[in-house]
Amino acid sequence: MAFLDITDLRKQFGATYAVDTFNLSVQQGEFVSFLGPSGCGKTTTLRMIAGFESPTSGEIMLAGEDVTRIPTNRRQIGMVFQSYALFPNMTVADNIRFGLRVGGQSAQVMKERTAEMLELIHLPEVANRYPHQLSGGQQQRVALARALAIRPRLLLLDEPLSALDAKIRLSLRQEIRAIQRKLGISAIYVTHDQEEALSISDRVVVMNKGRVEQVGTPTEIYNTPQTQFVASFVGTLNLLEGRTVNRADNMISIDGQQLCVERIEPTGDVLSVALRPEAITLHREADDIDALPHNNTLRGTVEDVYFLGSVVRIRTRLRDQFVNADTFNNPHANLPTPGEPVLLNFPLEACRVLV
Amino acid sequence: MAKNRTSVFSWVWLLIGILYLGLPLLSTLGYSLSPEVRAGNPISFSAYFDVLSDPKFSANLWFSIGAGLLTTVISTMLLVPTTYWVQLRMPYLRSTLELMTLLPIVVPVIVQVFGLLALYRSTFLVNGSGGLYILMIGAYIIWAFPYTYRPISAAFQAINVKVLTEAAQSLGASWITILLRVILPNVWGGVLNSAFITFALALGEFTISSLLAQQTFSMYQFGVKDDIYKPIAFTVISFALTWFFIAVLQQVTKHPSQRNAARTTR
Repeated sequence: MAFLDITDLRKQFGATYAVDTFNLSVQQGEFVSFLGPSGCGKTTTLRMIAGFESPTSGEIMLAGEDVTRIPTNRRQIGMVFQSYALFPNMTVADNIRFGLRVGGQSAQVMKERTAEMLELIHLPEVANRYPHQLSGGQQQRVALARALAIRPRLLLLDEPLSALDAKIRLSLRQEIRAIQRKLGISAIYVTHDQEEALSISDRVVVMNKGRVEQVGTPTEIYNTPQTQFVASFVGTLNLLEGRTVNRADNMISIDGQQLCVERIEPTGDVLSVALRPEAITLHREADDIDALPHNNTLRGTVEDVYFLGSVVRIRTRLRDQFVNADTFNNPHANLPTPGEPVLLNFPLEACRVLV
Repeated sequence: MAKNRTSVFSWVWLLIGILYLGLPLLSTLGYSLSPEVRAGNPISFSAYFDVLSDPKFSANLWFSIGAGLLTTVISTMLLVPTTYWVQLRMPYLRSTLELMTLLPIVVPVIVQVFGLLALYRSTFLVNGSGGLYILMIGAYIIWAFPYTYRPISAAFQAINVKVLTEAAQSLGASWITILLRVILPNVWGGVLNSAFITFALALGEFTISSLLAQQTFSMYQFGVKDDIYKPIAFTVISFALTWFFIAVLQQVTKHPSQRNAARTTR
């Protein structure tokens, strides 16, 4: 039996299903992210697990106990909120101690556990400060310490880094993951940031319009998206319209140019084809096609070149459609210029026909 | 140069304001200190001694303090949980509450009192001073409702009630713990503000207490018709009491960290 089992969970608001038929099993110590756009139901699902919302139907089992209708304060969960939710009237130490005090812990236990938590988040010096005297990143670390102090069975994080700047987000998400691993606690993390979800999770649940689109490891989600939505939401994907040429030989055409794919889904002649920008290598038109490393090549004309820092994105026009190809920034590289004809070369497995 | 002209301009208006408000007060104070001026004594506190040593003064004052405290406690105990629950679970009712706060202002106090007397005419509330006292407290609570509710409402709207409640719930807190240890300390300034306003209103209220024949603090001045200086001295004492409550309010509504900062910088 899994540590957290969610079965057929539904939440209805009026005639709308905010969450529809949600099923998930989370193992002990696993870090699972709910990823999706705003309004997809990820936070509603998290709130049902926390007990802040009552499901319309379905079941939530936590460590073998049915917690579906149990109030939040008896579920033994720890929660970290987007807005930190530190108690303004209490110092950092008092905030961390709050759950322990409510739980009837002795003064000695509270003192030791508070010190332990402050060490865990590397902020022992702020014990006597008030929340308004801390930076955003510090506040969120204190919020994490407060949630962990009570030794929760499950840690829930609702977009905890959304309110922070990019650099702090990067370091703090790694810190959260490190702490979660160290403590071996199961965690559910809600985010709309795909990089965040992919970089720190054991598994990712991609949601859209209240439904689960795909559940898998970050590698599976990114490299083998099962649906158009997952393919377009995760990563900067090229989504192209193609046509079946020869189903038996897995041959398709995009803008009149033929390609070979791994498999063509039996969904008709007009196809949706996903092609990852980083899987494409760019070559000059004069290069010998047969000498290129991969078996698929598209001819196009460079439309524009975008410098994105560590990555350079080259936008190429085929006939009616555009393809983005990403390459690492190399100051010594001779990049193509707009208007220049180029060859886009990529392997068979980089091109997926989507459902 | 422009900055200096602006500063001078501000000071001029401040001086005009101070004179406009301060001159009548100073005149009142001056007059209250002059009962023996014809006897060659320009400053005399005799009126103040007479008022403060009058047993009726202290009796009326303590009566009003008791009524004020009762009004404040009942109003606060009614409105704090109500405002919390409306903010947390029924925000759509906030506009209804706001509308209700207009009623005691719109309906004249004299109409309210006669309305209450008519409504309860067959009950013990209009028979005897005990019943009339209870009726007076009820009338005070209704009359002070707009002034009691608004600081509390503003304090609740300044904090994220929902998130703080959920955070406390996730840490195992019950509703009582949440209200007393998380919510109340964070709206304490508004609650105290409301409490002092309610208390000051009850202390200085006249119409309700006179119609219900209650011997309150404000009714004292009508018992000292024989001396022109005593009511004036009483007025100055009333002002002093009001300012005292405001000073106490300002001190106790400081955030703990501000109080700590003030202590460490002294």
